[in-house]
Amino acid sequence: MNYNKMRCLLTVVVLGLASGCSSTFEPWVKPYERDNLADPIMSMNRNPVSMSYTQHVYQAREGARGAEGGAGGGCGCN
Amino acid sequence: MALGAVVAVIRQKMKSPHGTVRKLMLRLVVACLILGVFVWQANGAVLPQDRSDAMYHSYQGGGISIDGPSILLRKKIGNQVSVSANYYVDTISGASIDVLATASPYSEERTENSVGVDFLHNKTLMSLNYTTSSENDFEAESIHFGVSQDFFGDLTTLTLGYSKGNDEVGKTGDDSFLELAERQNYQLGITQVITKNMILGLSVENISDQGYLNNPYRSVRFLDATSARGYSFETEVYPNTRRSNAAAVTANYYLPYRASIYGEAKVFSDSWGIQANTYKLGYIHTFGEDWIVELRARHYQQDKADFYQDLYNRSAEFNFRARDKEMSTFNNLSLGLSVTYEFQFSATNFFKKSTVNLDFDHVNFDYDDFRNVLVVDTAVGEEPFYEFSANITRLYLSIFY
Repeated sequence: MNYNKMRCLLTVVVLGLASGCSSTFEPWVKPYERDNLADPIMSMNRNPVSMSYTQHVYQAREGARGAEGGAGGGCGCN
Repeated sequence: MALGAVVAVIRQKMKSPHGTVRKLMLRLVVACLILGVFVWQANGAVLPQDRSDAMYHSYQGGGISIDGPSILLRKKIGNQVSVSANYYVDTISGASIDVLATASPYSEERTENSVGVDFLHNKTLMSLNYTTSSENDFEAESIHFGVSQDFFGDLTTLTLGYSKGNDEVGKTGDDSFLELAERQNYQLGITQVITKNMILGLSVENISDQGYLNNPYRSVRFLDATSARGYSFETEVYPNTRRSNAAAVTANYYLPYRASIYGEAKVFSDSWGIQANTYKLGYIHTFGEDWIVELRARHYQQDKADFYQDLYNRSAEFNFRARDKEMSTFNNLSLGLSVTYEFQFSATNFFKKSTVNLDFDHVNFDYDDFRNVLVVDTAVGEEPFYEFSANITRLYLSIFY
């Protein structure tokens, strides 16, 4: 995909997302259905102190780095 | 299947660290900033929960021992601001194979301090963090800025982050040695609620470094007929720039009983030629209201940097030379267990709940082209490949209020 096509696609996606994110958007998982998602056992960062330490341990011994941990949230509970 | 396809596409895109992914990320960042303006009124983000953690950590393996405390404090101020502070110490003793081959055992201490503030505005969460790290021969500081926004009925969370860090590298025993390095990180994260039991996440990060990037204590070895061992060591030389891209896909699934499984697949590529994959799988099980037990496995594999070599044919054979085992071809497998005991306080108490946690991981490292030079009864270059195992322990108390 060349640069112009990518730019057009991105513009369409951005405008599409922007137009579709009004308050009329109906989430397919309702707020009252998010008990399970809000449970700490569903969090990628349940224990931040332990997680950041563990990441440090691996990063010091491996060549790879970055993209650690989840973005969190998605249920108003990040 | 879908996860594998996504990983394959990302891997294909990441073959050129200078190319597609970086440009795509920059465009995504711009697009997301525009999107952020449009969705400013959307509902969603909340401030992190007030908590304090006191942890003792320990790493034992490969001839070295590292332990120390870590303290985290986090408290809301009003409804819009949350502040945090973290104090962390590494006390290092012993000698890794690198040290045993070329120097003497040592001990030193690293202290890390960080402070942060999170600000909630119209349900958009912004965070700012400042971190310093200090050793007798190394000083580092970094600043991080992040924005997080939920939209589409709070089913999607977008996170953007930028970090900048500066290092001052010294060398014990050489007061005149001072080198500098700087680092920039661009992060993008998207979390998507798929069903009422499933969340998917995508994280992408681009990191670029410039300056003195090698370890002043590490050496490369080369064939030397004048040496009794048949080889000698000399200072390694790394390029002064490095660019890397990493992308991770995660999935969490809530099981019909109160338990969950999660998985993560990550690909990594950098301008030094290192390509790596990481896979994680975990299962979290609860017993009653009070106990949480987690079992996990993690596998990591990487291919060596272009300029890595275990044994060079002569001194200064190439412009760039490395024999850091972290730059070699290797893999590791870790198996871990966490146990959490949770107790709730009464509703009127200032403290809401507390947890006592024990995390333990056992890791095996297997190197494919880093030889164990401590084995002396073999021909030069024929030593067995190095391997070692390590135990990582975290014991901590968390209080939520």
